[in-house]
Amino acid sequence: MGDILSKYDILGAFGLTVYLAVFSAIGSLVLGTLVAVMRVSPVSVLRLLGTWYVNIFRNTPLTLLMVFSVLGMTYILGLNLDPSDIKGNATRWAIVMLSIYHAAFVCEALRSGVNTVPAGQAEAARAMGLTFGQSMRHVLLPQAFRGAIAPLGSTLIALVKNTTVAAVIGVAEAANLMAVIIENETGALAVFVIFAVGFVILTLPLGLLFTSMSRRLAVKR
Amino acid sequence: MNVRQIGAVAAASVLALGLTACGDSGKSSGSGGGSGAKFKVGIKFDQPGLGLKEGSKYTGFDVDVATYVAKELGHKASDIQWVQAPSAQRETLLSTGQVNMVVATYSITDARKEKVSFAGPYFVAGQDLLVRSDETAITGPETLTGKKLCSVTGSTPAQKIKAKYPGVQLQEFGTYSECVAALVSKGVDAVTTDNTILAGYASQAQYKGKLKVVGKPFSEERYGIGLKKGDKATCEKVNSAIAKMVSSGEWQKAVDANLGPAGFKVDTATNPPKQDPCT
Repeated sequence: MGDILSKYDILGAFGLTVYLAVFSAIGSLVLGTLVAVMRVSPVSVLRLLGTWYVNIFRNTPLTLLMVFSVLGMTYILGLNLDPSDIKGNATRWAIVMLSIYHAAFVCEALRSGVNTVPAGQAEAARAMGLTFGQSMRHVLLPQAFRGAIAPLGSTLIALVKNTTVAAVIGVAEAANLMAVIIENETGALAVFVIFAVGFVILTLPLGLLFTSMSRRLAVKR
Repeated sequence: MNVRQIGAVAAASVLALGLTACGDSGKSSGSGGGSGAKFKVGIKFDQPGLGLKEGSKYTGFDVDVATYVAKELGHKASDIQWVQAPSAQRETLLSTGQVNMVVATYSITDARKEKVSFAGPYFVAGQDLLVRSDETAITGPETLTGKKLCSVTGSTPAQKIKAKYPGVQLQEFGTYSECVAALVSKGVDAVTTDNTILAGYASQAQYKGKLKVVGKPFSEERYGIGLKKGDKATCEKVNSAIAKMVSSGEWQKAVDANLGPAGFKVDTATNPPKQDPCT
């Protein structure tokens, strides 16, 4: 176990895992909020588009999205996100696909948050003369985020673990290094334990943080 | 009301029938493995030309070698139970006794010898390049600088390319099928791994004439038959079975049938190989 730790750059691999997770989390939060707003907007076309987005991407296997991003988008459609470097292209596409995939879950979490806000508040906001955008920004979304902290936390934890899928397009994150170690050192329990512990270290504090946040930030009604 | 009740009963019974049907088929394959009468062999299920599962049929060079060796060990072809042995699980399958032997493009290495015993080698493969048949620029590993290569995440060929040819851009995928798809769509310039695996893909009906193996192996992968650690008696029997397969001409026939269709030439300097003594 000791020589595996010293021979391979495990910290570096987990560093890339964190990098993927941070950027995809930002991406999925922005995109997910946008889709959630579309789904609760008064314009039926936008609602339809939002519903369509969630239904498409929530039910598509992430592996398929990843492979499609390189095999389909890059090689057939020519959408190369980093023409100078094959690895950079794969990493960027991985972030895009992780964002797109988890945005569907973020959207649904936020929509559930919006539904916790009593209808009277939205009506009061409109009665005061706030536009849809204003009532979203100042009344509904702040409460929706606070109400949706717990499901958003679950989505983030799932996202951290889902970054391992990026190994199928050759992004050198933790699961990729695990494949290398298993190939060279044979599949020993120690290897799995190292990587399992790595992910526990990443996700356990997140879980604790979101539990305490959901308690502290809950809207008292 | 009445109609609805009858409908419910019918639906329930159909459902129950379905369940028993599933249970039966599951049991027959499961108990076959548990009774000990079956000879369980671990192979790849997704490697054309070596070990490929199509429906209930298994084809490939590894399958032919395993069938021959099993016959020499006294097991009929019908008694063999094929088990999928993905690369990461080969040692575990052997050490826990879930399979009796592994014939799955299993290269003999020192790290693996600490976990399992090897009989063989039964074939010496080498890392090679697969290119589109109109490719003229790539003639060997030294012509790769600036080219885009594809291999499988974490595999030995991928690691070798990264270490030895830093000027090469390497795309990694989960399986070679995706690499070959990328090669055909001109996303990458070459696919690299063992020449046997490459020849298997080039021989597939849908790629015939579109791909060719360069034929300049630049490494040596000695395929062995994985056995439970320390099983010297079986190892010796397997070794003599391989030797017999070679001398009887069956070995050559299996090579020609599985890897030959794409014009793949076996490196006769190393093949057929001499078996290592069992330890």
